[in-house]
Amino acid sequence: MSVPHVLLALLSQGPKYGLQLREEFEAGTGEVWPLNVGQVYKTLGRLERDGLAESDEADQDGPQKRYRITAGGREALAAWLRTPPDLSSPPRDELVMKVLVAARVPGTDAHEVIQAHRVYLLELMQQWTRLKEGEARDDLGLALVVDAELFRLDAVIRWLDAAEVRLARAAAEPPRPASVTSAAAPQLRRLGARR
Amino acid sequence: MSRPAPGASAATVLELRGVTKTYGQEPAVVRALAGVDLAVAAGEMVAVMGPSGSGKSTLLTIAGSLEDPTSGEVLVGGMALAGMSRGRRARLRRRVIGYVFQDFNLLPGLTALENVALPLELDGVAVPRARAAGRTALEALGVADRAGGFPDQLSGGERQRVAIARAVVGDRRLLLADEPSGALDSVNAGEVMRLLHEACRRGVAAVVVTHDAQLAAWADRIVLLRDGRMTGHTSRPSGPESLLLPEETR
Repeated sequence: MSVPHVLLALLSQGPKYGLQLREEFEAGTGEVWPLNVGQVYKTLGRLERDGLAESDEADQDGPQKRYRITAGGREALAAWLRTPPDLSSPPRDELVMKVLVAARVPGTDAHEVIQAHRVYLLELMQQWTRLKEGEARDDLGLALVVDAELFRLDAVIRWLDAAEVRLARAAAEPPRPASVTSAAAPQLRRLGARR
Repeated sequence: MSRPAPGASAATVLELRGVTKTYGQEPAVVRALAGVDLAVAAGEMVAVMGPSGSGKSTLLTIAGSLEDPTSGEVLVGGMALAGMSRGRRARLRRRVIGYVFQDFNLLPGLTALENVALPLELDGVAVPRARAAGRTALEALGVADRAGGFPDQLSGGERQRVAIARAVVGDRRLLLADEPSGALDSVNAGEVMRLLHEACRRGVAAVVVTHDAQLAAWADRIVLLRDGRMTGHTSRPSGPESLLLPEETR
């Protein structure tokens, strides 16, 4: 998450004080991402240094200082909003790793491992849904954050479902000749190397 | 009499005890359910999840007395379905159990209110009383202003609200729903689950069958079914507060 750009977004609505920025930042993200005030002032200092924001009184530090966005700041904000985040390489996912390992450890029932994770993920989704049912009803920021989390967890569960089908299929089929898997290996290694 | 299902209590509305269902003859027997125990209490919403062919829909039709189990017992409101006459079962289906279907199943020639009041009228309730109960159900679901609309004049979300109103009208105590959000988009599908959950808060017991984890997450308990067997379930969820703590304090 880019704190500088979210602060620029808040400043694009009009000049604001540091403490006010922190409050609005937290409210706008459904209070799911806490931000400490030191981080706010440090970021504002950097924005000022880079000419993306400016303050009323250059000689005074702390809560009395009011910040506003510059033309350069507006440009940087517009560019950031339209730049897709880098999702090109797969993250090093611990759960993926556990399922890969479970499939290889002798005496381990991979389906049981998958089921344990599935139940945990569903319980987490139930908790997020309670939030959606309560506070998020009248809080657009929170509703969007909760939806994002639910879709993310849902995707992980779907992957577990698919993994289970693949493992069952692999157990039922005779192992393939080694040449088939080795052909794909260089491509995978390249994917890994990009990170 | 068979053993009570784990978790069954005085508040249990629906109970399945060792329910098995097979179709066909040896050697081509298909086992749809294999010894399922389930107890659902008043005010509780249980979601049944599983891949297609896991037995989810069979579980629902047996719970709704639309089909008989091959072995095991089904109790609704503490009474075993097996011992009931056909007439008594039909009455139970009309008075106690409400169904929500994937494709809404509203009758096109009737208004929203007429659709909702219909199960009561079929049960012999006088029309004015049935309509009054229908109006109350439509109000609870926020579609009282659409009472005079025909199904084809309603949006998808409104149709499903009317279908839920019809399922809870009168004094229904058990709600059975098979993929109740149908083809609705995810926001409207969530809304359907919210409404079903609210009905449970008013004391109804509900079983919702779905393959969608986001919809199942509305339930108080999620039961996982695979090859006709229950393979796991979630515990009653704690509140969402823990999600909002900063990471370092979790």
